[in-house]
Parts: sequence; structure tokens; C-alpha cells
Amino acid sequence: MSEPTAVGTASKAPRDRRYLLDRERLLAPLLLGPSVTYIVALIAVPFLIAITIALSDVTVGDSSYDFVGLQNFSAIVEDPIFRRALINSVTFTAITTALVAVLAMILSLILSANFRGKWVVRLLVLLPWTTPAALSAVAWLWLLDSVFSPIDWVLRTLGLLHGNAIYLGRPGLAAASVIAVQAWRITPLAAVIIMAGLAAIPEEITEAAELDGAGFWRTLVEVTIPLNMPVIAIATLFGAILAFTDMTVVYVLTRGGPVDATQVLPNWSFIRGIEGGDLAQSAAMAVFLFPVLLAAGIAILRSVKLMEVR
Amino acid sequence: MATVEVRALRKHFAGGVIAVDGMNLTIEKGEHLVLLGPSGCGKTTVLRLIAGLEQPTSGEVLIGGNPMTGLPPRARQVAMVVQSYALYPHKTVLGNIIFPLKAAGVDKADRKRRAEAVARQLGIGSLLTRYPRQLSSGERQRVALARALVRSPSVFLLDEPLSNLDAKLRASARQDLKQLQEHLGATTMIYVTHDQDEAMALGNRIAVMERGKILQVGTPQEIYHHPANEFVATFLGSPPMNLLKRDGYQVGFRPESLLPKGTVAPSIDDLGLDVYVRRVEHVRSERHVVGVVGLEDVVAVLPSTVTAPIHPGQTQPFTVAGRNLRFFALSGERIERGRE
Repeated sequence: MSEPTAVGTASKAPRDRRYLLDRERLLAPLLLGPSVTYIVALIAVPFLIAITIALSDVTVGDSSYDFVGLQNFSAIVEDPIFRRALINSVTFTAITTALVAVLAMILSLILSANFRGKWVVRLLVLLPWTTPAALSAVAWLWLLDSVFSPIDWVLRTLGLLHGNAIYLGRPGLAAASVIAVQAWRITPLAAVIIMAGLAAIPEEITEAAELDGAGFWRTLVEVTIPLNMPVIAIATLFGAILAFTDMTVVYVLTRGGPVDATQVLPNWSFIRGIEGGDLAQSAAMAVFLFPVLLAAGIAILRSVKLMEVR
Repeated sequence: MATVEVRALRKHFAGGVIAVDGMNLTIEKGEHLVLLGPSGCGKTTVLRLIAGLEQPTSGEVLIGGNPMTGLPPRARQVAMVVQSYALYPHKTVLGNIIFPLKAAGVDKADRKRRAEAVARQLGIGSLLTRYPRQLSSGERQRVALARALVRSPSVFLLDEPLSNLDAKLRASARQDLKQLQEHLGATTMIYVTHDQDEAMALGNRIAVMERGKILQVGTPQEIYHHPANEFVATFLGSPPMNLLKRDGYQVGFRPESLLPKGTVAPSIDDLGLDVYVRRVEHVRSERHVVGVVGLEDVVAVLPSTVTAPIHPGQTQPFTVAGRNLRFFALSGERIERGRE
């Protein structure tokens, strides 16, 4: 009669010998832990600190905390430079995002095509994204130099330009330069995201279009882009957020000049807070557009979800 | 309406795979040809080469007498239905059917009228505003057919269009296809399948393929009753042809030709066999007798009209009428009877 007990323990034994990582109650927190820690420490905490500071009168010189309510917000809204920066931020982002959407779509089509040496081309195209923004912005600073710009030199040689264009010294050209560099920087990322979407379209569908007699443009407009819309929307959303929140390009190229013609919110916030010492107003600027960005993000993600269901 | 001609067609894929190995075939105007073969024999590749989705390694495809080498699908006036149907998921049924007409530049009113007519003909007229994901697999198949037919193509290619349907639906869809064929009359049709019943039902002629080569082309009856070699003999028929090794050759006969002695009128060239009966299976109204002759397995299919008692575990005399015997060399090639 010893057999039944032997069977009983045998069926229980494997449970106890389960590996540590087989236990879901342990595994889930273990895997999520690092990213949760990271997000809390580097995003949630600074964000809460920013909101707290935005409601105070803290400056670099006087770090004692006094609650002042929305006083900082009304102060920055009165500031003409802030208004200029707000308008610039919105328009620069809009134009950059539109450029990125079109260029990234073209680029992703080129990168998905099958040709010799496509790996080299893919690598080269990704370089703007992998280079630190500050470094590439410095490279652009030289390219757009008011006296020694190689772009001017090429244009002069071609007879298209006399003297110097002074890209960063004239309001219109400076804005165009900032937008161009921003688009140059973000396009590769968006292109890679869209490329992944293109790869996910079943080959049969594009072949069906081919068999149905559709040419390149019809296939692109009626099949490829609609099927890829959710991914394009995500890539565009990423691009818009990156463009909106970046201060490096403006800071390195123009510092917001000439005469605040290229001033944008992140840069103005940095100049006021870090260089000017008014931490409270700087924080108010930083959190000023959070609700708007949040709403835009949710709206885009919602529409993506709707498109996917269809 | 066009002849399709395939000349010395070869297709090699990277990695040394030879999908099509020097194929010659002419499909006449309005003919319905079935390419039949096991999976991986290259039949789908042939279809893709004809459609222009692949370019041949060598050889050429002619449609209506014109060489098509290098031309894209849209220059070939072919329509194709694939196994997965490949419907546009973001377009309605109407949007799917209309797409080829849009691409062909048919004006707006006309294309809607034509799409609706084809949809009605295929019995999907009430589904025009639905999206593919809202359809059953049978309905999707019809939409795929409608999309292919709406342009009135000169050549109609079908790649296993029924294999995604369940057994019951497949039978009725096959009937529908048969009916459609009669409507299409003049359209040249090439149909790829690995299902012999489909091939038998739908082809004017069947081309049996194996390993990138055509083994035999003929009417369903020719292919079934006069297989050119051992592969064709055993690939077609369910259960397949019985083959018995004799001195230096093989003798083959269909299971339905193997009958208990006495059920057929005897003649001098009959083959008499003593079959040890292992078991009897009842399949629908038929009896399948699974047995052994010497060391070789044989199967007999007895129709319900043959009532002779069969006893498992016993050896019983069977006969095959002489006209139903086929002879093959050990290499597999058929031996003409007169030459023996």
C-alpha cells in the first residue's frame, strides 16, 4: 500500500521544483521593475517637481518654496517673447511634421525596394538619427555659417548666389533653416517606423494590385498608404512630439535669434530657467502645453485605433 | 480569349531550387486546363510566370501569340485568384470589385454598373457595402472571383481557389465554378490544384506535374484510364492504382477493376489473382477490400451492385478484365501493350 503515497508525492514534486522564472507572480514584477523604476525616477518625479515649481516663486537665487498659484502662468502669457515662442513652436512643428510625413514616406519606399547595397544605404540614412542632436546641429552650424558656408560656395559656383545668404542671420531664412535641420533629423526615425509597416503589408495584396492593373501611383494611394495609415500616424505623432520638445537644434543654431524669430518654447524655457535663473517661470512654460500635447496624443491614438478596427 | 503558350520554361530560385524545369505547354483559346500535382511541384510558379509576377530564368510565355517576357502583369490582360483571395481589407466589396476597372480607366457610371452585374451573377449582390473581414470564406472567394472577372480578362488564372473552404462548401463551390465556366465559355482558364477531384471536375484537359516537369497532358479520362507512367497512375484515383511487380515489369489496374471471380464475364486475357482479404471497409455504398497478393498490397473497390460475400482472413479468387490491365516498366514508364 505504499504505492499510492509514492504517486502522490511524485505528482506534487515537479510543482515545487519549478524554476524561479516560471512563477508568474514573481516574474511579472521582476521584468517590469527596471522600466517602472526608470520611468518613475526620470519622468514621473521630474514632471511632478516641474508642476510643483511652476506653482511657486522658486528662483536659482532664492530656493525657498512659496506657493503662488497660477501667477507664473499669467506672467508668462503676458510676455511677448513667450507668445512669439508659442507661435513659432506650433508653426515650426506643423511644418516640420508635414515635411517629415512626406519625406519619410518617400524614404521608406526607397529603403523597402530591393537593390544592391541597400544595407549600406539604410545605414547611411539612419545616421542623422543616431548622431547626437547637439553634434549634428554643430555640423549644420558650420554648413550654414554666415561667411564660410559650403552651401553658399556651391550656390556661388553654380552662379545662383552672389555674396552670402547668411542663413541664420535673417528671420525667414533662420526659421527655414531650423525647420529643415529638424526635418532632416527626424525623418530617418519616421521612415524606419513606416518601413516596418510597409514590410507588414502581405505581398499578396500588392501583387493583387499589380494583377488588377494598378500602376505605382494607384497602388501607393489606394493600397499602400491606406493599409499603412495607422503606422504613418504613429510615426507622425512621434515626429511631432520630437520636433515640439526639442531645444538642441534652436539652441545651437540660433539661440532663438535673430531677435527671437526662431524662439521656441523649450529653448525659451531653458534660457529663462537655467541661464536666467527664474526656475518657476521656466517650469510654468515647460508644463504649459502638457494638456494640449496630451490631448493631441490621445486624439491621434484614438483615430489609429479606429482605423485598425476598420 | 487567347492562347497561352509556354516554351522551354525554366525557373530557378536562389538556393538551387528548380521550380519549373523546362516546360512546354499550349493552352488553346477558351480551353480550361488544370495543372495538377502534389504541393511543391512548381504548379503555382508556372501560374505566377504566366501572370508576370515572376520572370523566367529561361524560356518564354506567349499570350495570344505574343511573347510576354519582361512585361508586367498589367500588360498581360490576365486575372488571377489566389488561395488566400488577397482582398483589399480596407475596401468594401464594391471597392474591391471596382478596383481593376478604376485602374483600367473605365468611367465612373460604367464601372459601377459592371461591378454590380458581376456581383449579382456570383450571388454577392447584397454584400457590396461590407468589408472583407465581415464575410465568410465562401463569400470572400466569390468576391475574389468577381474582382478577377469584372475586367473580362482574356486569361483567367486560379491558384487553389477552393482550398480555404471547408469540405461541404468546397463541393458546392466546385459546382458554382463549373457553372461559371459555362458562362465564361470563351475565356481561357488555367486552374492549379492538388485535388484530383477538382481537376477531374473542372478541366477539359489536365496536365499532371511533378518536380517542375509535366508528366502527362490529356483529358480527365485519358489521365485516369491511360496514365503515362507510374507516378500519374498512383497520384490519381483514391485509392490509387494497384501495381504488382512481375518479371521485369509492373502490372497495374484500378481498384474498381479488381472484382471477385464470377462477377465479370470471363475472357482469355483476364488476370486471375488469389487475394488474401485482410479487412473490408464500407465507404458510402462501396466496399473497399484491403488485401494481399503474395507479398504485395492490393485494394479492390466493389460497387453496391456486387453482392458477392467477402470474408476477412480468407483467400478468395479475384479477376481483372484484360482490357483494364496497364503495364509499366520498372523505371515507371508505361509499356504499350502491343509491343510485348
